[in-house]
Amino acid sequence: MLEVKDLHVTVEDKAILKGLNLTINAGEIHAIMGPNGAGKSTLSAVIAGKDGYEVTQGTILFEGQDVLEMEIEERARAGLLLGFQYPIEIPGVKNIYLLKAALNAQRAARGEGEIPAPEFMKLVREKSAEMKLDPSFLQRAVNEGFSGGEKKRNEILQMLVLQPKLAMLDEIDSGLDIDAMKVVASGVNSLRSADRAILLVTHYQRLLNHIEPDRVHVLVDGRIVKSGDKELALELEARGYDWVLEESAA
Amino acid sequence: MSAPERFLERLTQRRADDPSWVAARRQAGAARFEAMGFPTRRDEAWKYTDVRRIAEGDFALATDATFDGAHFEAQRLDIDAYRLVLVDGLFSAELSELEGLPDGVQVEALSQAVSANHEAVGGALGRLAGVDFSPFTALNTAFADEGAIVRLAPGVVVDKPIYVLLLSRAGGQAVMSHPRVLIEAGARSEATVIEHYSGEPEAANFTNVVTEVLLDRGAIINHYKLQEAALTDLHVASIHVDQSRDSRFNSYNLNLGGALVRTDLVTDLNGEGAEAAYNGLFFVQGRQHVDNHTLVNHNSPRTFSNENYKGVLDDRAHGVFNGKVFVKQDAQQIEAYQNNANLLLSDRAEIDTKPELVIYADDVKCSHGATTGQLDEDAVYALRSRGIDEPMARALLTLAFVGEVMDKVRLNVIAERVERAVAGRLPERFNLADLVETAEAIQEA
Repeated sequence: MLEVKDLHVTVEDKAILKGLNLTINAGEIHAIMGPNGAGKSTLSAVIAGKDGYEVTQGTILFEGQDVLEMEIEERARAGLLLGFQYPIEIPGVKNIYLLKAALNAQRAARGEGEIPAPEFMKLVREKSAEMKLDPSFLQRAVNEGFSGGEKKRNEILQMLVLQPKLAMLDEIDSGLDIDAMKVVASGVNSLRSADRAILLVTHYQRLLNHIEPDRVHVLVDGRIVKSGDKELALELEARGYDWVLEESAA
Repeated sequence: MSAPERFLERLTQRRADDPSWVAARRQAGAARFEAMGFPTRRDEAWKYTDVRRIAEGDFALATDATFDGAHFEAQRLDIDAYRLVLVDGLFSAELSELEGLPDGVQVEALSQAVSANHEAVGGALGRLAGVDFSPFTALNTAFADEGAIVRLAPGVVVDKPIYVLLLSRAGGQAVMSHPRVLIEAGARSEATVIEHYSGEPEAANFTNVVTEVLLDRGAIINHYKLQEAALTDLHVASIHVDQSRDSRFNSYNLNLGGALVRTDLVTDLNGEGAEAAYNGLFFVQGRQHVDNHTLVNHNSPRTFSNENYKGVLDDRAHGVFNGKVFVKQDAQQIEAYQNNANLLLSDRAEIDTKPELVIYADDVKCSHGATTGQLDEDAVYALRSRGIDEPMARALLTLAFVGEVMDKVRLNVIAERVERAVAGRLPERFNLADLVETAEAIQEA
């Protein structure tokens, strides 16, 4: 589904990713872990097309398409969505406007007509309930005045409505208490299916107690230096990152 | 013949049987207008607004108040209200609905008050809007023989909005109208008054309205001015407000229509505890020109004003905002806040904004500011990252910008109307009317 090859990225002339390789297949959940400053957030941001990142080398293919040639909105419509670590407040734009406009844009890209209003209303009410968000949330401006936990649940609500093929979640667990974490994790788990994939970027292992990854990668200094199954996350939790650094330096 | 003479010549069309108090006012207005003439851009208050299109126009006076029934249904607000309708400045009893007014509430056409020779009305008219205020006020005074009179007895809280609908017709000779609105609110009375300017899409008339609002102690008036005139209409208005102790005036000045629009809004806070809120919005496109001049005079200690005007300008539209707050020397412990934010959707749109604070007292809390800019690019990105294309993202953010003022509007029927108008007037591919409807539906469900 996603193939990242030899990806080099600079931000303001500073090299952040230095030859990253990653393949994600449909049906899989991958977790990217690593110390602060390793380039974890850069990877998902580049895939989503955020400004300010310069790809100097390498390719990103999504279902065979060259992602780097696609506009931001084309990537989203193709099924690549990024849940932000710091969701952006959009004063005055109601959640409901964003959800409907986004869903219809995606349908239009697939050559489908607009979603009928009753169907849409049923969908968003169901998904809001799953995320334990009161329906009044739909009338509120996107992220404006939301608590940290509400912002994160709102990111997942967008995922549940838009059903991306590849959901990338950047530090979705930061700032969450245990109850909010469970709600967020159950939302993410409900996205899990044989034809979809999920990429989790996280600093801490605790999220992975709730969302079980198929593959865990350790990103250090712009490269994936170690990959393993979920046991690797537990080992990192217990031993920290130093041993991986030493191993990779060796 | 000079332009003022040409305008005043139309006075001969008017009836000669005015009571003496009316005739005297007319003469004073005509004399003052003739002496002043139309303003030019050399006048500081008219620096950015050229009224030649009015001065050089040829406007008759309407002779009847018939209005197409289907147009009327399409234009009027769907609201349960006491309704008084003027068509090209003439009262339409047929379209008005003034039955069942509660005790202590007087709503009638100015012509009815004049016929009944209500001298109390005569005493109040012109008390705030003197003929020296501007040539247009003088011109209005010379001609005004129709309008709406709203008088509230002390303590009356009106159960429904009072809705004054002023319609402009298309076709035939262009006409001018000089309506007068008078609102006298007795002590602790409360009402919502809507002035709604609308009409047929091709109308190219000149409306020159003067509104006076007197609030006695503790009175509350919510004043809506919804200006949706045809894009070819010319519209000049001045609103003069006098507030006694503990009164509250909430103004909602919403401008969507008109080719050339000028509104002056002046409030005198004359008693402690008096409070004025100015909420303004203008959304202009094409070659529309809209000029808002506002003034708050803090004449008494412990008075409050809060002003928030927003403008959205597209194409080659031109906006003017001149907001002045004046604080008298002994008006201590007042609070005055003023803000004007503008959004330019096109490189060729233009805004001239000038917030002014003139303060002679020393113990005050005041702030003012003006911002003009484009849309927040982070927000544009956030929307695009969800698959929304860039034009749509910009449309959503424009609607949101407008929403910050519309959230203050307490009459849903007006908020929804403006939101829909804004959504519908964005370029077609920006059309968000469908989204707005969905949001309304889900709220009601």
